[in-house]
Amino acid sequence: MKKFNRRTLLRGVLGGATIGVALPFLDMFLSDNGQALAATGQRLPVRFGTWIWGCGFVPERWIPATTGSDYVLSPDLEPLTPYKSKLAILSGYDVKLDGVANKPHITGCLGLRTGIPVPNEDVRAATLDVLIGDAIGTGSRFSSIEVSTSGIDRSYSFRAAGSPNPSEVSPVALYQRIFGEGFQDPNAATFTPDPHTMVRQSVLSAVADDRQRIMRNVGAADRRRLEEYFSSIRHLEDQLALQLQPPAPVENFTKPEAPPNTPMDSEIGNVMVTHKLMAGLLAKALQCNQTKVINVLLSDTTSNLRRAGSSTTHHTLTHEEPVNPTLGYQEQVGWFARQSMLAWRDFLDAMASIPEGDGTLLDNCLIFAHSDCSIAKAHAVEGIPMMIAGNAGGRIRTGFHLAGRADPASRVGLTLQQAMGLQVERWGVQSMETNRTIAELMA
Amino acid sequence: MVRLFHSFRWAAACMVLCVVLFSRVSLGEEPSAQAPAGPPAEPEAMGGPPLIRRLTESQYRATIADIFGPGIPIVGRFEHGLRADGLLAVGTSQAGISSFTFKQYDASARGVAAVVVSEARRGQLVPCQPRSESGFDEACAKQFVQHYGPALFRRPLAAEETQRYVRTARAAQRRLGNFYQGLEFALAGMMVTPDFLVRIERTVPDPKRPGRLRLDAYSKATRLSYFLSNSTPDGELLRAAGAGELDTDEGLARQADRLIASPHFEAAVRAFFQDMLEFDTFGELAKDPIIYPAFNSTVALDAPEQTLRAIVGLLVTQRGDYRDLFTTRSTYLTRALGTVYKLPVATRNGWESAQFPAASGRAGILTNISFLALHSHPGRSSSTLRGKSIRQVFLCQTIPDPPNNVDFSVVQDSSNTAFPTARDRLEAHRTSPACSGCHRLMDPLGLTLENFDGLGAFRAQENGAAIDASGTLDGQDFRGGEGLGQAIHDHPRTPRCLVDKMYRSAAGRSATPEERPYVDYLNQTFQADGFRVPDLMRAIAVSRSFYAVSAPAGAITAPQRAAIQRSNGGRS
Repeated sequence: MKKFNRRTLLRGVLGGATIGVALPFLDMFLSDNGQALAATGQRLPVRFGTWIWGCGFVPERWIPATTGSDYVLSPDLEPLTPYKSKLAILSGYDVKLDGVANKPHITGCLGLRTGIPVPNEDVRAATLDVLIGDAIGTGSRFSSIEVSTSGIDRSYSFRAAGSPNPSEVSPVALYQRIFGEGFQDPNAATFTPDPHTMVRQSVLSAVADDRQRIMRNVGAADRRRLEEYFSSIRHLEDQLALQLQPPAPVENFTKPEAPPNTPMDSEIGNVMVTHKLMAGLLAKALQCNQTKVINVLLSDTTSNLRRAGSSTTHHTLTHEEPVNPTLGYQEQVGWFARQSMLAWRDFLDAMASIPEGDGTLLDNCLIFAHSDCSIAKAHAVEGIPMMIAGNAGGRIRTGFHLAGRADPASRVGLTLQQAMGLQVERWGVQSMETNRTIAELMA
Repeated sequence: MVRLFHSFRWAAACMVLCVVLFSRVSLGEEPSAQAPAGPPAEPEAMGGPPLIRRLTESQYRATIADIFGPGIPIVGRFEHGLRADGLLAVGTSQAGISSFTFKQYDASARGVAAVVVSEARRGQLVPCQPRSESGFDEACAKQFVQHYGPALFRRPLAAEETQRYVRTARAAQRRLGNFYQGLEFALAGMMVTPDFLVRIERTVPDPKRPGRLRLDAYSKATRLSYFLSNSTPDGELLRAAGAGELDTDEGLARQADRLIASPHFEAAVRAFFQDMLEFDTFGELAKDPIIYPAFNSTVALDAPEQTLRAIVGLLVTQRGDYRDLFTTRSTYLTRALGTVYKLPVATRNGWESAQFPAASGRAGILTNISFLALHSHPGRSSSTLRGKSIRQVFLCQTIPDPPNNVDFSVVQDSSNTAFPTARDRLEAHRTSPACSGCHRLMDPLGLTLENFDGLGAFRAQENGAAIDASGTLDGQDFRGGEGLGQAIHDHPRTPRCLVDKMYRSAAGRSATPEERPYVDYLNQTFQADGFRVPDLMRAIAVSRSFYAVSAPAGAITAPQRAAIQRSNGGRS
């Protein structure tokens, strides 16, 4: 008898159609999945991450020639050979502008993260990492951790316009935040709840109790801002409650050493070092349940990467470098695009280096990598390169190249949310609005 | 894969936008040629909506220092402020408090509270001594809460609020066994409330204008105080608010004059210009060390400070003309800056006043490193970025984003010796119809600063070719940084832009269309007073418009409506 799972159910519903429909995620669909169960019998958590690199790609160097699972990795994807089976390459998905002014390097990035293209940085909805974090991130110390590895404090993780979740730019500061004050080693022999933590809880609840008085005379927009404040209080209260519980032991975990001081700037050599250090720390943070959501910004979307001694940055090169007549593309731009893929491999190395259950941490993660545009010279938001790495504990299928054929990028965002268990049926607005998940990705 | 990019549409849109803008620039709203005789009079106060504004980082720091004394360390990290309508001060009316931010405030609050009750400081900072350290002394706890509560909340505490924090202190004392730790956590609690972290403006019916609202006395005091001192209202201002003195013109003027005379006024002027000149972005400024070996963290620290010192020196100390900021040769230097300016600095550590020599080609703050380096790339200068910033920061003009299909590869080809200088390369902007609309607004300004490289050091040549630093601003031709400074000095929009931004900063929002006559009044006052910034700030601070509240029908809350009806004697 054919095994009953989510995929066969969907097939049955649609008579084999290749598009999926939105169904609420049901836990029963996971339970025939052994991947997420560790030796302890405890279910391993599923984590989510995004990984952004700026200024897109050289299409002919990046897009594989064929689709499906037996595709050949393109020259710029070739460094990812060890992860071919763990990766889904997504080409040809568009951010549909519907007449919204395209703010270069911003509209594409935030459009595919919120499903709503905006002409500036005033997002009109939370980014999908925040939506997913609200569903899976409860019960960890940090609702999410953001890093930026090119020396610039930028972030494309928003709960609402005007308050991005700020990025750590220094590995030392990142280490302090995760493993400094407040860190509880999950494998420590003893656990003593700190009475100060209990006092802090009661202080915060006293402050939160005053909510009604404060909200009384406030208009709608300000009410939303104050709601955010009060949910931030609740979040800290939850975290403190967590600190009063002994942490669950974690297999194969040892607290990492503090990283060395590194130069924090956009010179590519320094960025590669910083990125590798931060990727390692984030992997450890995920391993010991400090957070379930991470957001990495390799280079800003207006890529500030540069080579030592060069008067131009990756971004300025995209507009200024002439096409090399022999190669047929901008050679230096191509070099930076390839460096970005090498960094992406470093990131996957960090995730895959941590054993977990029958596999590695990467198997229990869903990492969504994307850029802000396709061809940076044109600020094109059509065909923005995207990738998915990891199997989310068996919820996501990988190992193929999928051509979007100008479908809205929101299909990817919707699929990711459903795979992470969100009860969402449709997502995005206007041409970006969709209820079509990508069936090929759903396990 | 064949894809069409809609470049032409955008290029055309950009061109149209800039042409529209350009015509506005040249035809511009000039100050009325016929200024009325006698001092200008304030028009009817219109006001805007009451706001909820987050304290900026510098306001938070100043507030802590004013309440608890200097030298209280502040832990916790402040994220980048939100910039709206060109100012962080406006962003404070829009920014939320994310989970990350709240945690930083929490860490900071606990850090400050621990120091306040520490054995070293409690004698000085806790206003009473408990009967015993291990028990709970309710009277002393109450005194503590009532001592710091009004300072932190910028208003008196209601009895129930006092009780709330006394209870918090008692609960903490019980759990931790120490009275001072009880106080510590009560204080930490007060410091994470919205009452402290955000300036929540409250309204009351305006008795002089039935049916309309105005800010209540404590909200008034708060606006006045953060505007003129960048910090929390002091005891005297809170007293005046409580006594109703801020509701009279004389009382308000007395407090404004007191604050302008205080040392804090300089901090307020600094904070404003730091915001207007976007110096918050200096911390992330990166320069390639191979191309600019003179750039280091000391230069990055000293460069904005140099400009702020020049600003305070001219505008506050000398009470000079704002427009002279763009022409003055007076400045301040450290040795690190002297290395870049190639000027001798005798003082080994610290600042000395100096003059840019006539031969240096420098005059005014646009020829400071702080401007030149900030608006450049990591490895080279940028006439476009500099020109754009001059328009946006000092003339309050908006330059749209570049069109989508940007291809300068032909002119940027480094092997193409036909284009050795930035001017040669940018010529393409002016010949390409997609680009020329905007670039002819930016480049002719920025090119006049090409004698200063991406860090701000002087150079006569680029790639072996002599630099032509001629340029034009809205019909005025000139040459070099000095010529640019004079052109900005003489431009009618320069003082108007400052007035706009100063009011935006003070009110936390742009002026509404109904406030246009008021802004015109401020412009006339500014001109009549010789463009003196302290006088402009005083004019705003003592005007009724600054405290007026416009509340569209839907925005009036039920309690306010009831209050209005009461004040109307029941007539609605």
